[in-house]
Amino acid sequence: MTARKTSEPFWWALFSAGGVVAAFLVPIHLFLHGIAVPLGWVSADVTSYERMRALFGHQLVKIYLFVLIALPLYHWAHRFRFTLYDLGLKDLRTPIAILCYGAAVIGTVATVGVLLLV
Amino acid sequence: MNAPIAEKSRLYYPKMPITWWLRNLNYFLFMLRELSSVFIAIFLVVFLVQIAALARGPEAYTTFMRKLESPGWIIFHVVALLFALYHSYTWFDLTSKVQVVRLRGRQVPPSLVTAVNIGVWLVLSFVILLLFLFA
Repeated sequence: MTARKTSEPFWWALFSAGGVVAAFLVPIHLFLHGIAVPLGWVSADVTSYERMRALFGHQLVKIYLFVLIALPLYHWAHRFRFTLYDLGLKDLRTPIAILCYGAAVIGTVATVGVLLLV
Repeated sequence: MNAPIAEKSRLYYPKMPITWWLRNLNYFLFMLRELSSVFIAIFLVVFLVQIAALARGPEAYTTFMRKLESPGWIIFHVVALLFALYHSYTWFDLTSKVQVVRLRGRQVPPSLVTAVNIGVWLVLSFVILLLFLFA
């Protein structure tokens, strides 16, 4: 019996890369942008509009932000797809896969769009 | 496995209950690990919206940052951070077991690989913190 050719390895590779990015980079950014800055633990010089715009507008920072935001979306998509299977929705296999990876692709396009505007 | 003898000789396929993951702690922790990806994804979308507000101008940016100061969003980010840390730890633990690392013909013990990963994560986090504050 020969195995059916699927795109599974492609999505798994993105899942894996997204997992690495999420594991190494997401916690500190969560802490900085979601907790430290809103709670006022960072000085206003650092978080001023002009400085943030200059920092996030830098070409290299934009590339970094693209990797930081886009890749873990594929990690979520792959994980969420199989979690839904584990929760009994195996019959909806195809629509679930399309919705999950589709959402990640839309998120990737949105990320590129936003970063081009900064 | 013996099929029960019935008049119509049908095979019995037990159905897995949807609450199978509530049966013991290990299954529950597994589900929590999967759930961590949801919180990370939501944070990244919120972060992207923040960058979009930054692109729209100072007023939009200030309005958005004020929303992030609300207790609800702070609590969300604290919970998300806990989930993210849980993802990081389980990721390093798992990948060190799955990816065999060899040094001079011998396998490096997975626990050491995990520890090195955690060390790298700490250094990277510190570097990002410094860049955010001073770059």
